[in-house]
Amino acid sequence: MSAIPTIASPEQKKAQPGGAIWGLALIPLVLLGVVLALIVVTGGGLTELAGLPVEKVSFGRVTLPQPGVIKVEIINDGPQTVTIPQVRIDDAYYQFTAQPSTTISRLGRATYTINYPWVKDESHVVSLLSSLGTTFDHTITAAVESPLPSLNLFARFGIVGIYVGIIPIFLGLLWYPFMRRLGTQAMNFILSLTIGLLVFLAIGTWLDANEFAAELPVFIQGVPLVIFIALISLGVLLAVGSVRRGQESTPLGISYRIATGIGLHNLGEGLAIGAAFALGQAALGTFLVVGFTLHNITEGVGIAAPIVRKSPGLKHFAALLLIAGGPAILGTWFGGFAFDPTLATIFLAIGVGAILQVVWEVGKLVARDSTKIGKPIINWVNLAGVAAGLAIMYFTAFFVKF
Amino acid sequence: MLTSAANAQTPPATPTPYSGEMDHSTMPGMPGHDGMNGGSMLMGRVDPAKNGFDPMQMLVDWDYGKASTLPNGQTLREYEFSAGEGEIEIAPGVMFPAWSYNGRVPGPSIRCTEGDRLRIKFANYGSHPHTIHFHGFHPAEMDGVPGIGRGIINPGESFTYEFDADPFGCHLYHCHTSPIKRHIHKGMYGAFIVDPKEGRPPAREFMMIMNGFDTNFDGGNEVYAVNTVGHEFMNRPIPVRVGELIRIYLINVLEFDLINSFHLHAHFFDYYDTGTSLQPTHRMIDTIAQVQGQRGILEFKLRWPGMFMFHAHVSEFTELGWMGMFNALTPDKFDAALHEVGVDAEWDKKGLNGPTLPVKVNPL
Repeated sequence: MSAIPTIASPEQKKAQPGGAIWGLALIPLVLLGVVLALIVVTGGGLTELAGLPVEKVSFGRVTLPQPGVIKVEIINDGPQTVTIPQVRIDDAYYQFTAQPSTTISRLGRATYTINYPWVKDESHVVSLLSSLGTTFDHTITAAVESPLPSLNLFARFGIVGIYVGIIPIFLGLLWYPFMRRLGTQAMNFILSLTIGLLVFLAIGTWLDANEFAAELPVFIQGVPLVIFIALISLGVLLAVGSVRRGQESTPLGISYRIATGIGLHNLGEGLAIGAAFALGQAALGTFLVVGFTLHNITEGVGIAAPIVRKSPGLKHFAALLLIAGGPAILGTWFGGFAFDPTLATIFLAIGVGAILQVVWEVGKLVARDSTKIGKPIINWVNLAGVAAGLAIMYFTAFFVKF
Repeated sequence: MLTSAANAQTPPATPTPYSGEMDHSTMPGMPGHDGMNGGSMLMGRVDPAKNGFDPMQMLVDWDYGKASTLPNGQTLREYEFSAGEGEIEIAPGVMFPAWSYNGRVPGPSIRCTEGDRLRIKFANYGSHPHTIHFHGFHPAEMDGVPGIGRGIINPGESFTYEFDADPFGCHLYHCHTSPIKRHIHKGMYGAFIVDPKEGRPPAREFMMIMNGFDTNFDGGNEVYAVNTVGHEFMNRPIPVRVGELIRIYLINVLEFDLINSFHLHAHFFDYYDTGTSLQPTHRMIDTIAQVQGQRGILEFKLRWPGMFMFHAHVSEFTELGWMGMFNALTPDKFDAALHEVGVDAEWDKKGLNGPTLPVKVNPL
């Protein structure tokens, strides 16, 4: 405590060696430790406030690895340790094994493997009974054996990814020669259309991210996490752009960044498709794949739009195609075999930031080109472009939203 | 977890919860469904010593009270009941905040003979008001109902219920304080068995209370049982002798569900509804339904050695804990079977000597 007055004295402060300054910084932390220890040891006079223990558990992956087996991953996102000694399926107790234990510490995980003769295509309710008698329920909507990674399935999921990501973007890029023959006004329309498309994708990715975030354990704070990651991604990308102050962003650079943003978005679509297969909603598969192929064709236009003036050569087109479309394949694999909602949320949130950043960059392009031909930035052509982009995405999404 | 050895009617002496491999041999592709009851069982065991009461002992632990003779020659039986609160383990690892008589759920099984004078000193050590309401003939002020006679017995208070045991039969008692639903499902009930003066034929007798527990207080039971612990008599099949007369005092106190039932496998029984008659009210049935508060006496003999299941014929209750086994044995195997389920000759003796009338005792 005697150290405190020395803060006020400038002469002494100057004389402080570096170590002592850090010592001063540590004082509140040390005292914090003392206070916390006192509360933990003595109850801090709050024992009368201590209520009933609160138990909370959230479900992670629930899979049906083989007939007669249900595998449930759970996370303890309550304030204290939880013990789950019994498991009911459809109002019947069943034998199980718990790894690593039936006692799960706060933020801890456990995997319950239950021997239950589940019935294909029918619904089952898994109910965990805690040592205090609390029940935690999870509904398996339609029981279907979970796909196990096999070369065959890996290949089939890969093909789905190709249909959803690679093919539509490739076809979209084929508009490139056509776009090269357009005048500035028409190109502004196409670039504005790209903005509309990107805004649609940003919103869609945002909603997808929040959908996953809502399923996450409480302590992960899914929704704020999505906001922060999106903002930080946007900030980082803008800062990276600002480093090149003085020199314009190269059109090819913008195309790459559009491809990256779209790639992250397509990763999300792949995840959704893969997870749908894993959850036994494969019946939707073909229809969904056709829908996504149609829905994503405009993405190629968006990627090619900034580089109409100067062709970067086939190698770059191939790279852009892979960056934008490839993640759909990765997403399908990831969603089908090893879905993790936390990682999915993070990737999609990065995607939101990345897409917003390219909206900004393409916006600047449109602004520059409009000024160049003596038009206001927001003119009817540009507005029509944005509206057309939004409309195309909106209506083709009818095939993939249900 | 039980191996296929358990299926072959020899349960392991020591519990092996939360570990071990299922025997996959009989049903390839459907692992783990060849164990006891196809794997549809609660996991692990409840330690009776830790819990303070043993469902197996409750089958036979008749409480005759402190017996003496009144000047008029009437037998006086004095009981001391206390209401209290405490955690009980109703399924392996699952604790329930119970209210109980004498620290056990169900409470003591009062056993007396028609015409005995009963004096039950009741002290409430709990934090809620309670009563004891007996089924049977008694004056209004002994009815254990709020607002009548002494009415509710508040925490820290006591009262003595006194009346004659009448009529003979299989009765029950329970708390009648509002909200009654909660007072009953928390565990405040027990058996009240009045033997007829002339006695019943000698038999091996068991007391079974069908109960349930709403562990998450959502108005529905999570665990169903006979004598409180779910699936206890699956893990510890009740040893009986082939061919002997078995008499079960069966009482339903189940809360929330409208009906409960008892079904015996591979045999038929005679049933005496409420036990107030010496003639069966049903003959040759294998399933009997009871509403809450209904009770009766079952009599049957098991014809063959082996495991014979008994359970509620409400499949849901069965799979949530209300299911057990009789292990019918030839004399040479009986003692070993007693040992396997953790009971001794004393348990055997109590089962065979339920009636309090010495003339009716018929030792084997």
